[in-house]
Amino acid sequence: MNGAQDLGGMMGFGPVNPEPDEPVFHAEWERRVLAATLAMGALGEWSIDTSRFARESLPPAQYLTSSYYQIWLAGLERLIRWQELVSADELASGHSQGPGRPTARPPLAPERVASALAAGSPTERPAPAPARFKPGDRVMTRTINPTGHTRLPRYLRHHLGEIIAVHGAHVFPDSSAAGKGEDPQWLYTAKFAASELWGPDADHRDSVTADLWEPYLERA
Amino acid sequence: MSTHSHDHDHATEGSELDEMTLRVKALESLLVEKGYVDPAALDALIDTYETKVGPRNGAQVVARAWADPAYGERLRQDATAAIAELGFSGRQGEHMVALENTPEQHNMVVCTLCSCYPWPVLGLPPVWYKAPAYRSRAVIDPRGVLAEFGVTLGPDQAVRVWDSTSEVRYLVIPMRPAGTEGWSEERLQHLVTRDSMIGTGLALSPDEVSA
Repeated sequence: MNGAQDLGGMMGFGPVNPEPDEPVFHAEWERRVLAATLAMGALGEWSIDTSRFARESLPPAQYLTSSYYQIWLAGLERLIRWQELVSADELASGHSQGPGRPTARPPLAPERVASALAAGSPTERPAPAPARFKPGDRVMTRTINPTGHTRLPRYLRHHLGEIIAVHGAHVFPDSSAAGKGEDPQWLYTAKFAASELWGPDADHRDSVTADLWEPYLERA
Repeated sequence: MSTHSHDHDHATEGSELDEMTLRVKALESLLVEKGYVDPAALDALIDTYETKVGPRNGAQVVARAWADPAYGERLRQDATAAIAELGFSGRQGEHMVALENTPEQHNMVVCTLCSCYPWPVLGLPPVWYKAPAYRSRAVIDPRGVLAEFGVTLGPDQAVRVWDSTSEVRYLVIPMRPAGTEGWSEERLQHLVTRDSMIGTGLALSPDEVSA
């Protein structure tokens, strides 16, 4: 969706502001939000794509004025409501009115944390068909404006690029976030000249790459 | 939310942090009561990312690549496997690609759409990496961003910005500083900063480390 998360090329946010010797967390609640988000994700009730959509579909003014862990908290609150893991009353009051429902996977046990993190969630899948493109191919990104989740940023739509890597077939976020299954699609890295994206003022030597699924691309 | 302050009189009334603390405590206790999360699992997750996983992992990868050309080649061919040789794998690093800086090309990584970052080798991302200023500007004004980070590029260096839009995660391999011939891997690791592996910094020179 064309939400506030799609930041590439926007202006007016000022300088990047690195914090010297930045701590991993700035408050105890940030620790708990990170961990609760990971532990709830382990229940298998939603994909990473759905969780990204829960965050990026926050109202733009809220998204842009929230810290990242505030965005994660708001996203988690939406996900547990969308999946009806808690009721609206329970979320508002912070008090359970009954036991939880069975979940796709059991709750993450402390002794399983290390192995779950080490395994991760690889997204490569058997390819449904031969790849359409190979390194060196010229491609044009499609003009699309889906109202759901997509990983084709606005600044990369309808631009000429070149395939520089093929990563196999991967879970297609647009389908996965919409609850339409994994729908694996070929994933490529495409390179775009900075001047193609930003015009003649861009440094002619520079380029931007992105990882793009086959449905985002046409042969140029 | 000042309505809660009567039973939290140690907290700053109405401060944003206080409100967040209360809201998160309420959510966590609800999730625990419902049986969805085990607080001890949350503690283990926090401990992992606060004390066990961080950019020193990535520094080991970079130093190995500098010191061992055969390892560097394996990193080029299959970064996920080469990084796993050092024991780093899993969540947010399932599909790794290493980007070697050269005198011709400086690489820099961003996630314009969210906060994708290679956790097994760099840990959790810093605030600036997730904030709008970096995410908006890295792709349209990379040289301006690099200048703010104090990075001086070579006269003929192109800048390539890698927007992490999939589950592929990128680790920049900075150029090995001059004057480090014959250094051990362990000594080389001290030259490798977190920012040099994002591409918003360079590896430190021997002078900078001893200073």
